This record gives sequence, structure tokens and C-alpha cells, in this order.
Amino acid sequence: MGAARLRAVWWRRIPVHVVVVGVAVIWAVPLLGLVVSAFRPSWAVLSSGWWESFALPGDYTLENYRRVLDRDGMALSLFNSLAVVVPATVLTVALGAAAAYALAGMRFRLRSAVLLTIVALIIVPIQITLVPLLRVFNLLDLTGSFLGIWLVHLGFGLPFAVYLLHNFFAAIPRELFEAAEMDGASRGQIFFSIVLPVARPALAALAIFDFVWTWNDLLVALIFLGGFRDVAPMTVAVSQLVASRGDGWEILTSAAVLSVLVPMAVFVALQRHFVRGLLAGVSKG
Amino acid sequence: MIADRIVLTLAATAVIVVAGWAYLRLGDRALAALPRGAYRRLVPWLFAGPAVAMVLLALAFPAAVTVGWSFVDADGGFAGFANYVQTLSDEVTRIALRNTVLWVVLLPSLAVLVGLAIAVLAERVRYGALVKAALFLPIAISAVAAGVIWSFMYDYQPPGAAQTATLNAVVTALGGEPVAWIVDTATNNYALIGATLWTQAGFAMVIFDAALRSVPGELLEAARLDGASEWKAFRHVTLPFLVPTVVVVATTMTVTALKAFDIVYVMTNGNYGTDVLSTVMYRALFTAKDNGLAGAVATILMLTVVPIMVFNVRQFRRETGVA
Repeated sequence: MGAARLRAVWWRRIPVHVVVVGVAVIWAVPLLGLVVSAFRPSWAVLSSGWWESFALPGDYTLENYRRVLDRDGMALSLFNSLAVVVPATVLTVALGAAAAYALAGMRFRLRSAVLLTIVALIIVPIQITLVPLLRVFNLLDLTGSFLGIWLVHLGFGLPFAVYLLHNFFAAIPRELFEAAEMDGASRGQIFFSIVLPVARPALAALAIFDFVWTWNDLLVALIFLGGFRDVAPMTVAVSQLVASRGDGWEILTSAAVLSVLVPMAVFVALQRHFVRGLLAGVSKG
Repeated sequence: MIADRIVLTLAATAVIVVAGWAYLRLGDRALAALPRGAYRRLVPWLFAGPAVAMVLLALAFPAAVTVGWSFVDADGGFAGFANYVQTLSDEVTRIALRNTVLWVVLLPSLAVLVGLAIAVLAERVRYGALVKAALFLPIAISAVAAGVIWSFMYDYQPPGAAQTATLNAVVTALGGEPVAWIVDTATNNYALIGATLWTQAGFAMVIFDAALRSVPGELLEAARLDGASEWKAFRHVTLPFLVPTVVVVATTMTVTALKAFDIVYVMTNGNYGTDVLSTVMYRALFTAKDNGLAGAVATILMLTVVPIMVFNVRQFRRETGVA
């Protein structure tokens, strides 16, 4: 029924196509311009728009990437990002999972207080914590250290992690825990042999979410690692490149492409997990 | 150095996993030696303790200290509301407040509009998956990279010169004068909000997309059989189902707008009247090195999210029954 009627009035659907195609173009063009420009020689970027390069095939080069990676510390920044993000993510997932299991699977005093505090803290602007944290970090000589930034990302990431995993764990049938307890399993055994295996999709969702999130962070890295060039992650390095204003678009765009590569690969390869994490984290509560 | 980083990444990950496992296993076994009642009371803290401690140390205490410092003057004496008066009477803060309001009004409404429109309309065209992918990809892009991308889109060359940036090329092709989008105070705040929308609309779309699946198909069919147009069916059947989702998306985007920092920092560094509260605070902290002032700005920022925080907590209590 629907199909026949829709075909009969196909011209009334033109506005739909206009809106959808229009939005798609607005969203795709900036990305296309970035990628194309990153492969163009500097003289071409200076004299013509990236779209004109399609008329001049063969006009592409890898030179920009070589120049970016030769830059003082740029290649290192890529690995600094990994050294910041991977341990921070593992820490957040580990501590978050343990806490979420306690909050979802056990009854204890202060349980609701802890849970509600964590829900409230999810949206605290981290700006409000920066001044005192930086003071303490300077005192403990943690500024500019990887350990320091892992701890900061852990602290900032935990409320969301606990909240997200709590939602998942709360949906695991309680009979599963109770049966194991009947058999004399301790809480630790239940956690490792039942909760973690059952929750693997949830843990994956959180890990991807956290990975992309931490990789893309600028503010925390700027404040706790920013002054130290040899530990600066990709976001800081690229923003310094932009701020120095000494480079052409071909350098800035190829640096941006490099900074986007890793999170984009993770995101595209594991997008189903990512979407599940997003939905559990946002629309369930 | 690169080899060092790889070793560090792997070693730290291994240590975290092994230490975490040993802590829970050994702690659990040690507590199990206690009487059953004590075990039950203590074991939740074995699991939740580290996370709770970290959240208190990294978030709750520093936040409280910041609020405290906002009432302290540069010499360490009690300042009352002097820091607030000073920052609020400063032209820079007032511009930042005005801009933050602009962000909070525009970003959530545009994200809801674009996200909902594409979630609904992509179902009705054969190339819908492609459109969704276009909105979806920028989610993974950092605000720093988005800043580069959009600075390049908005780039300006004087009239007469070759317009090598996309937007001004379009404007001049249509016969207009090139616009200095990022410098011109009539356009620059909208330009920054637009760049942020580009990274955020995908989130909104994904959430609406999932919510649309919960709309009962029979109701829509019934409405169509009764002769309702597609628009009327959407307006009277689908939309009421989506109201809670609109609220979720709007509050999430409001928080994103309030916290906006990266994109402003990269694209304008707060120049040309584009400051937001976060950039003002960053400068108070690092350029002026005034903790009291930075604390006051941060506290103002914090106060703006309190209503959303209260709303979220109430929502959570209603849904989970946590007292």
C-alpha cells in the first residue's frame, strides 16, 4: 500500500531528497577537503582549491606526511598518545568494572549514595577541578608524567564508566549470581568467572568509547602534559602546529589526518560496540 | 624514544591487568577468612573502594577546593564575592557569558534538528546508509582536528585573490564577496558552533535512530490507514514517542556546549570576541596565574550545569528505583 502511494506522488518527495543530500554534502565535504589537501603539494594548495585537483590528476604527493613526521617530536607524539590512552583506558575499564559490579550486584550501606554521587559527577565540568589538581601535581612532581595523566583521565572517566557498566550489570539476571553463591563461590570468583565473561560486549563498548574520548582530549593533556614537548600527545602537537601559524594548509591537514587515523580506525572497525555503548550510556538514563 | 613509549604502553597495561587481578583475588580471599557477616559488609568496598577513592580525589575534593578558592584573594585572605564581582564586571567575561548562552541555545537545538531529521528521513531514501555514515564519521574526530578542518573550510583570501577555501569559493561563485568567517564578529561565533555541530550531530542521529525503532509500527500503520499524511503521522504518532529522547539529546548537547573549549582554543584562541567560559578560565589560570579568579569562573561554569545534574539524578532514581 505504502509503496504504491509513495510512487504516485514521487515529486512530493523532492524536498526529502534535497534535505538529505544537502546534509550529507555539508557533512562529507569538509572531510573530503581535508584528505585531498593533505596529499597536495604546497604550491597547489596555495594557488587553487582542493576540488580543482580532480582536474589535474597525478598532482598528489606523500611529501607532506614525510615533512610532518620529520618534524621535531611529531612521530613521537603519535606514540605518546598511545602511551597516554591505552593504560588510561585499561585502568578506567578495570576500576569501573569492579565498582559497577559492587554497585549493581551487592547490597551495602551507602550504595545509593555512591551511585547517585557518581551519576551527578558525570557532567561536572572538569575545569572546576583543574586548579587544585595542578597544584597537587606540581607538589608531587606528577606534571608532565604519564602516571599523572593516567590518574587524571581515570578520575574523570570513572563516573561515566561506572554508570555505563552499572546499567549493563544490573540487567544480568540475578539468578546467575545467586546460583553461583549457592555453590559456595565468593564474590571475587563470581566477578571473574561470571560477570566479566557475560559483560564482555559492555566492556568492549566502554573501552572503545574511552579510547576515542581520551585520544581526542586536548584540555587535560594541555594542562598536565602541555609544557613538556617530549610527552605531548597528538592533539597537543597539532594544536601547537596550528598556533605557530608558520605552516601551510598542506602541513596542517596532513597532521590532522595523522591525528585522526588511529581513533577513526578503532571507531570504524568496532562501531557496533561503540553505538551500543553510546545508547546504553545516554538513552537508558 | 618511540621504542620507550611502546614498551611503556605494553608494560603499564600488563601491570594494571595483573595488579588488578591480584588485588581482587587476594583481597577477596583475605576477606573470606572473616566471619560471613563481616565479609558481606566489607567485600563491596574491596570492589568499589578504588574507584570511589579516585573519584573523590580527582573530582569531588578538587571541585570543593576550587569553590573555596573562589572566595580567596591573591594574598590568601578572605575575599567574599570580590573575585566574582571582578570577573563579572570584566568585559571579557561578559562576552564569554553571552557567547556561552549562544552556544547553549544553538548547539542543542541544531543537533536535535539535524539528528532527528536525518534519523527520520534517511529511512525514506535508498542511499540512507551513506548519509548516516557521513554524519557518523566525524564523531571519532577530535575537536583539534575538527578545528583544523573547519579553519580550512572558513579560510579567507581578500577579494580578487583565488579563494582556495571551500566556503568562500562557494560564496564568490554565487557572486558574493568573500567573508572572513572567523574574524568577522557577525559570523565567527556561529562558525565555531557550526564546526562543533559537525562533530556532534552524529551522536544525536544515532540516539534518535535507536529511539525510532521503539515507535510501534502498528500505530503508524493505523494512522496512515486513517488517511493521515506522512507529516501528520510523524507529528502525532512518532514525535510524542521521541520526547524523552529529545530531552536526553538536548541535555547532553547543553553540557557539551557549556564545556566547549578545544574548538575555540584551536580556531580562535578566544580572539575576535569568541571567548567562552572555558577559555576565559584557562587564561585566568595560565596567563594571569590567578587561582581565585580562575576558581570564580570555574564555579560560575559549574553552577550552570547544576540544574541538568539534578535532572539527571532524578531521572536515574525514577528509572532504577534507587532511593
